[in-house]
This record gives sequence, structure tokens and C-alpha cells, in this order.
Amino acid sequence: MQDFLSSLVMVAFHGLAYGMILYLISVGLSVTMGLMGFVNLAHGVFAMAGGYMMLSAMSRLDVPFPLAIVIAFCAVALASMVLERFLYSRLYSAGELEQVLFTIGLIFMSVAVARLVYGPLPQPVHIPGYLKGQLHFLGRDFPTYRVFLIVFSVSLVALLWFGVERTRWGAMVRATVDYRAMAQSVGINTSRLFTLTFALGSGLAALGGALGAEIIAVEPTYPFEHLVFFLIVVAVGGLGSLRGPFVAALLIGVADTACKYWIPEFGAFFIYIATIAVLLLRPEGLFGKAT
Amino acid sequence: MTHAGGYIADARIRAAEWLPWVFAALCYFAAPSYLTLGSYILTMIIFALSLDLILGYGGIITLGHSAYFGTGAYVAGILALRLTGEPLLGLLAGTLGAGLLGLFTGLVILRTRGLALLMLTLAITSLCYEVANRATRLTGGADGLGGFSIRPILGLFSFDMFGKTAYLYCLVILFASWWLVRRLVYSPFGASLTGVRENNVRMHAIGAPVYQRRVVAYTISAALAGLAGALLTQTTQFVGLNVLGFELSGELIVMLVLGGVGRIYGAFVGPLVYLVAQDYLAKRFPEYWYFGIGAMLVLVVMFARGGILGIIDAGIARLRRGS
Amino acid sequence: MGLKLSTIIAAVALAAASGWAAAQTVKIGIITTYSGPTAGQGDQLDKGFKLYLKLNGNKLPPGVKVEPIFRDDTGANPDAAKRIAQELIVRDKVQFLTGVVWTPNAAAIAPLTAEAKVPFVIANAAGWNIPRMSKYVARVSHTLPQSAYPLGKWAAKKFKRVYTVVSDFAPGQEAEDAFIKGFKESGGEIVGSARVPLATTDFIPYMQRVKDAKPDAIFAFNPGGKQATAQMKAYADLGLKKAGIKYIGTGDITADEELQNMGDAALGVITVHHYSAAGDRPANKAFVAAYKKEYGEKMNPGYMAAVAWDAMDLIFHCIREEKGKMDPDKTMEIIRNYKNPDSPRGPIQIDPETRDIVQNEYLREVRKVDGKLANVELEVIETQYKDPWKEFNKPK
Repeated sequence: MQDFLSSLVMVAFHGLAYGMILYLISVGLSVTMGLMGFVNLAHGVFAMAGGYMMLSAMSRLDVPFPLAIVIAFCAVALASMVLERFLYSRLYSAGELEQVLFTIGLIFMSVAVARLVYGPLPQPVHIPGYLKGQLHFLGRDFPTYRVFLIVFSVSLVALLWFGVERTRWGAMVRATVDYRAMAQSVGINTSRLFTLTFALGSGLAALGGALGAEIIAVEPTYPFEHLVFFLIVVAVGGLGSLRGPFVAALLIGVADTACKYWIPEFGAFFIYIATIAVLLLRPEGLFGKAT
Repeated sequence: MTHAGGYIADARIRAAEWLPWVFAALCYFAAPSYLTLGSYILTMIIFALSLDLILGYGGIITLGHSAYFGTGAYVAGILALRLTGEPLLGLLAGTLGAGLLGLFTGLVILRTRGLALLMLTLAITSLCYEVANRATRLTGGADGLGGFSIRPILGLFSFDMFGKTAYLYCLVILFASWWLVRRLVYSPFGASLTGVRENNVRMHAIGAPVYQRRVVAYTISAALAGLAGALLTQTTQFVGLNVLGFELSGELIVMLVLGGVGRIYGAFVGPLVYLVAQDYLAKRFPEYWYFGIGAMLVLVVMFARGGILGIIDAGIARLRRGS
Repeated sequence: MGLKLSTIIAAVALAAASGWAAAQTVKIGIITTYSGPTAGQGDQLDKGFKLYLKLNGNKLPPGVKVEPIFRDDTGANPDAAKRIAQELIVRDKVQFLTGVVWTPNAAAIAPLTAEAKVPFVIANAAGWNIPRMSKYVARVSHTLPQSAYPLGKWAAKKFKRVYTVVSDFAPGQEAEDAFIKGFKESGGEIVGSARVPLATTDFIPYMQRVKDAKPDAIFAFNPGGKQATAQMKAYADLGLKKAGIKYIGTGDITADEELQNMGDAALGVITVHHYSAAGDRPANKAFVAAYKKEYGEKMNPGYMAAVAWDAMDLIFHCIREEKGKMDPDKTMEIIRNYKNPDSPRGPIQIDPETRDIVQNEYLREVRKVDGKLANVELEVIETQYKDPWKEFNKPK
């Protein structure tokens, strides 16, 4: 019993860390798809770019870890703004098919560029000394870095939710998600709102990619390999909501870890079966608006 | 998106529609050393046709069509290994197996639409992938399924090293598939399918059995995908797990949209251009060919909505106006 | 459409014509993985081949030229690999096939080489029974039992209880089987075994389970690259090392090109393998120096690069013996009798009976040498060692 309880604690802990990374990366995708109705399969590119930014800032320019994270966030957010203005915005009115094709094209190109610049091997991750090792409490060892990961992400999520629920910008975003034409007609500059929101979402993905580089290795095929998981988080959680993907990401993180721990032979099945079950019962996702 | 053809249009075969067949026959004589690639392209054209039926005419966007392709491939492979290497029987079994899976999954998932449907298809193919990966006794798992041989077709034409038989075999099967899809599209069934794509609510309002139509189309499409999968198994005499991968589904959509959706011949042009370009680029730049393919996709979306056939249409229209 | 048709036909005709033109050129079809998640492994083969061609590409009889043709199989993708091999044989008319990272790919290609009579020199794919699939297949790399079986026998002297964690595909299962056989025969106890899907990136849950089972050591196999790093990291992150659980495995888990990425977690890991960049044989020192000169001071050749070098050496040996006029059966005869006393990994030869490699297996430990991690060779654990699995599984 004691053993079972302690493995339960460990599964919950590691699942939480994995789930938080999934959430940071996917929340931007949920907002992009909910707000702009844009099927952005290339969202993982921003996460990968964030990972590369942070790692190369640290290894090539000797930037300290906290600053490297800030750099990753800002650089990717800025770059995504440019992309949104010049490429994405032209396709808002296009069909889903064109959007799918276009973003798959972007993935292909980014995979080749990443390979050219960084080579095919995954990037080595050097976390700073003060985040290495284990923390000891409740009679168990917890890897320090993952504790930091959870604490940092939770604060970030709290900040994000506060921003959306309590600020003027948040109110405008919510209004636009609800009824875009109406929002426009009361004078909200939706196109600028799109750009800013897109940049924020990409920046968060970059943070997720950078912080999660320990868990999800940063390498050229990143945007392809993990796309299914990002999409599952968004679809199961529900479009355009913040809470939905959060719950979905945690569920997936914990359940995936639990399956790998207790039934490693069938670990991979669970996520897909759960996804099918949820979407059949609630096609709009757990927290999505019924249409 | 413009869509040529349909119930109202003249269903007789126009002269231009014989072009692909003449071209395919010419290739057989002109490029004997490219027949392996040729067979693969022909197989992918059948696969793309199956997708065109539900995507172009039925408006169902799926990222999981490889589930049916892979099922057909594995059924044909397992049959050849365990029971008989008779090719036509293998094709039949692959088609039926994938069709059944299409029917059951279609009944369940076609009640949803949009993103939910997209994700359901994706989850189903991922699930099939995992099942094939686990059922190593039956499928060989990650090592693939090989070691079977395919008997001569009709007891007369045996598969050869140079891919001559395989090419002609694929060509005949493609011709049959094309004929079937064309008949379907120009039938009242095809018209009602297009109606569902264009205006679902109105079709409901006039009392058309929308759900039923979608399931039937989905099943036929899945069976056709299974046929293509079985064909791949027989021509390569090997089945790998990647036939069930979602990457293949993604690639398929890319090929079809590149050619042009909802017009049958887009499914011919797309795989041809995509696979020839890939073959050329992968040989020239084995490390970076992805970039060329990616750039091609982005350019098509930016400047040539409607795919390659869309460009050709626009070109012809301009010529007519000019003269 | 008309224009496109004619250009394609013209291009096709041109390509066909150029194939027939040069008679004294020996074409070598090289299939490796350049794209997809496993491009890192393919890159190692590519670097080994290209280095050999650059330094030794001119050591040929007068009038004979070599034309390498590099193709991408995109990963463990047997039908693509088979199609590419078929194209290389039919369209490019290659006289040799080589490369191939993945066992499933090699298994798909092997039957083809028998039909077409094209010698196929496998430079990595380690599934033990592939050379039996066609008499035109020879292998210069290794099999998993070759390293895992002696490691099992050695481990039983040091540890009582071992947990095995391997990647879930044929080579992983072979490594597991061979290790367990060697370990149990010498009196060890296996407390648990896990097979991890090939696509896994997060090994924490598996390692947590190992930790809870409290073994003396963990036996690991991953097909090189990022998975090995990820598993090693999970091992360290969870404090298994601190808990006194030793980490052992086949040399794939501490491949030299990847070793520096693993950090101090890898210190003290014990492996058995046929090649280490830290080996102090003169031939190896020269090879490593040439590699660093070509690809950068920070780069270390891994075992795949070293094997690719040997594969190319074997092919060049055949070309020199036959003076560029290649005959497949004669080539196989030469391959069966190939011996190289001075390969970077020590003396090697091809077993005439099985056409598989015979080589030394070294017991190594990861230590710091001049501040860098290295697989330091402790002893030769087996001398001129054949694949034990073929001895245990004689053909019926």
C-alpha cells in the first residue's frame, strides 16, 4: 500500500510536469484556432524555434538561463508577428484545406532550415547547476528542474488567466471569440488584436519548447513528431478556451505517465481511445462552446 | 474553390480525358528504368482518388485515411503469407477489409464535423498504427511484414525485378478505379454528395438522407484506399508500419490539394508532380529536399488556389478571352 | 500539359542514356537516412563514407572510377528502402549496395539482391539473421548478441539482480534475449523487463518503475541517438545512480557522437562494443584525427561512422582485386575471404560461412579523458568473436 501510494505521487508529479509543458505549447494553438478560425498545423514550429533559441543562446553566447528564456520568448513572438502580418493574415479567409496545406508547407521548410543550421542531432540541454539534482520532501526525491518547471508554469498560467479575465485586452479577445462581426462593429481593431494574440500564443509555445527541452528533445522533426499531441490537447479541451486545454493537457500528461508506468505494453493506446471517447460524447471538446 | 463536373455536366468521356492513359502508356516504353517509381505513383493516384471522393465531393476533411490504406496493405500481406499469394484474391481481401473498417468507423465518426471529425480520423489511424505495432505475431510489428511471394497474375504474368508487370497491373487497376469513381461522381448519388458539401442544412431540409450518404461515400472511399494499399503490398512484397502513419495521410492531402480538389484529375496530377519532384530533389539534395517541397506547397497556396489544375484552368480561360 | 509531357520524356531519355555511357565506372548505391527523426544515425554513416571517399577515393587501378549514389530512405521505412534499392539496381545499374541504418529496411532489400545478384554490404542494420536471407548479403557492422551475450556473462559475476529496458523492435528484442541468456546461464536473476516503443521521448515513467524494483543494475539498449540520451537523463534525474543502480548495455547507448550530450550522467556506464573513438590503436588514432580534421575538432566518430569507413574499404578492396570489371559472384568470393588486420576497431574479417563480421568485443567504461567523456576500453572481452546467435540457431 505504501509502495502504491508513493508511486501514485510520482506518477502525478511527472504527469503534471509533462502536462504543463503540453499546455504552454498548445494554449496558443487553441486561441489561434478559436479566435481566427485558422488551422495552424505549424504551431509546433514556434515551440521548436523557442527551444533552439534558448539552447543556442546558452551554449554559443553564454547567456544565463533566465535571460535565455526571455530571449526565446521575445524573439519567437516578434518573428511570429512578422509571419502573421505577411503570410497568415492573407489566408484567414481561405478554406481550411488551403490553411492545412500552407502550414504543412511551413513545417517542411522549417524542418529543412533547422537541419541546415543545427544539424540532425537533438540539441544538448545544459540546465544550470542550481536546478540540477533532487529535492527531498514527503520522503521522496523530486528532480529539482521538474519542480521548477511546475511552479514556473503554474504562475505563468495564473498570469495569463488574470490577463484574459481581468484586463481590457482580455475582454476584447473574449468579445472577438464570441462574435467577431459584433466586436468589429463596436470599434475593436480585430486585425491588430489577432496579431498581438498570435504573437502571445507563439511566444508561449516558445517558452514551452524552451522549458520542455529536457522532456521533449529539440530536433529538426519536432513540429511533425509532436503535432498529434498538440492537436489532441486543443480538440479535447475545446477551441478558444483557456481552461479546456489546461484540463486536457493535465489529463493527458498524467494518464500517459500512469499508463507508461503501470501498463507499459499498452501505454500508447490510452490517449487515442480517450480522445475518441471524448470527441464522440462532446464533439466540441470538454470546455468548447456547442455550435 | 471551383469544381468541374457533376451530375448536370455531360457524363460522356471527353477527348482530353484519354490523355493520362496515353501518357501512362508512353511512359511504359519511354522510361523503362522508372517503372518502379511509376507503379508507386499509380498506386498513390488510386489512393488520392479515394480521398477525392470524400474530400472533394463529400467535403470530409480527414487526416486519417492511411488507416484504410494500411488495413488493405496488411490484409493483403497477411493473406499472402498465411494462405495464398493469389494477387486478385489479395486485392479483393484488402478492399473488403478496409471497406468494413470504413463502414464501422464511418458509422461512428460521421455524426461529427469539422475539427472533431479531423481529430477522430487522426486518432483512429494512430490507434490502428499502435495495434499493428503491438500485434507482432500477425504484422511483424516495427520490423515489417515480408517473406511472402505473390503468384503470377491470372497464372500468366509474374512480377519481375524491373517492375514491368507491376506497372501494367497498377495501370489496369487504376483504370478500373477511375471508371468506378467517375461513374459515381456523375450519378445522382454523386450529385447528392456534392449537395451535402455545398449546403448541408439545405440538403437536410429537402429530406435527403445526409448521414447515410456520407457513410456510404466514406465506406466506398475506404475500400478504394484499401485497394491501393493491397496493391502497394503486392508490388513491393513488403509491408512496413509507415503505411498506417498519419504522415502518409498528410502527404496524401498535400498531393491531392496540390493537383486540385474535387475534379478527379487533380488526383492524377498531384501525386505525379509531388512524387516526381520528391524523387528529383531527394536525389539532388538528400538532406534538404524537404525545403523544396515545403516551398512548393506555400507557393501553391499563395498564388495558385485550386492547385495545378486550377492554374491550367485559369490559363485556358485567359487564352480564350484573349483570342 | 503537352509541354510538361515532352520535357519529362526528354529528361527520362537523357538519364537513361547517361546510364549506359560509362563502362569503367563502378557505381555504389548508398542508402542511408537523411531525413526524419532518425537522420542523426544516417548522418554518421554518411560522414564515414564521405571521409573514406575523400581520402582513399583515388586508390584504384588506372582507368577505373567510382561513382557513389547517395539516397535517403527517410527512416525505418522498408517499402521506401526497397523501392530505392530497386531503382538503384534497375535505373542506375549499381554494382554494390551499402549503407542501411535500419534492420527492417535491410530485411526488405535482401531478397532483391539475390534476384538481381548485387552484392550488398550492410554498414549498420544489426538483425542477426539478415545475411541468411540472400547469399549476396555481407555485413561489416555487428549483431546485438555479439555484444549483449558476453555482457550478460560478465554482468552475472558483478550483479545478482538486473532489470532490462530495451527499444521495442527486432534488434532490441535480440539484445534483451541475448543478455538474459548470458546472464541467466551464469546464475543471474532478471527482476523485470520493459520494452519501450521506438517513438518514446520521455523515459521517466519507465525509469521510475525500475527504481521501485530496486535492482543492482539496469541493462539498456536504444538504437543510438536521442533516445539513448533521454533514457540516460531519466536515469540520472530520478536519482537511480545515487541509489546505487549501475547502468550497463551494448555500446549503442554510449555512441561516441552522442556521448558529450549525455553529460556527467553517463560517467561510470559499462558497455560492451566493437568500437570506441577513444581506442588507442594507431589505425584508430589516425581515423579519429582525419575525422576531426574534416568535420571539426568537437566531433567524434561514432561506431556507425567507423563501420561505414570499413564498409567502403571492403568495397574498394573488391574493386582493386577485380580491376573494375565487377562480377557479382567473384565479388562475393572476395568478400567472404576479406581480412583487415588494421581497421580502426582492430582486426576484423568476414566469416566465410555466414558472411557476417568477426571482430573483437571490448569491455568499456565511460570516464573523463582530458575533461571530455570517453568510452575507455578496459579489456578485450572476446577476441575475434563470431555472432553467437548463429551458433545457437543453426539453419535447419
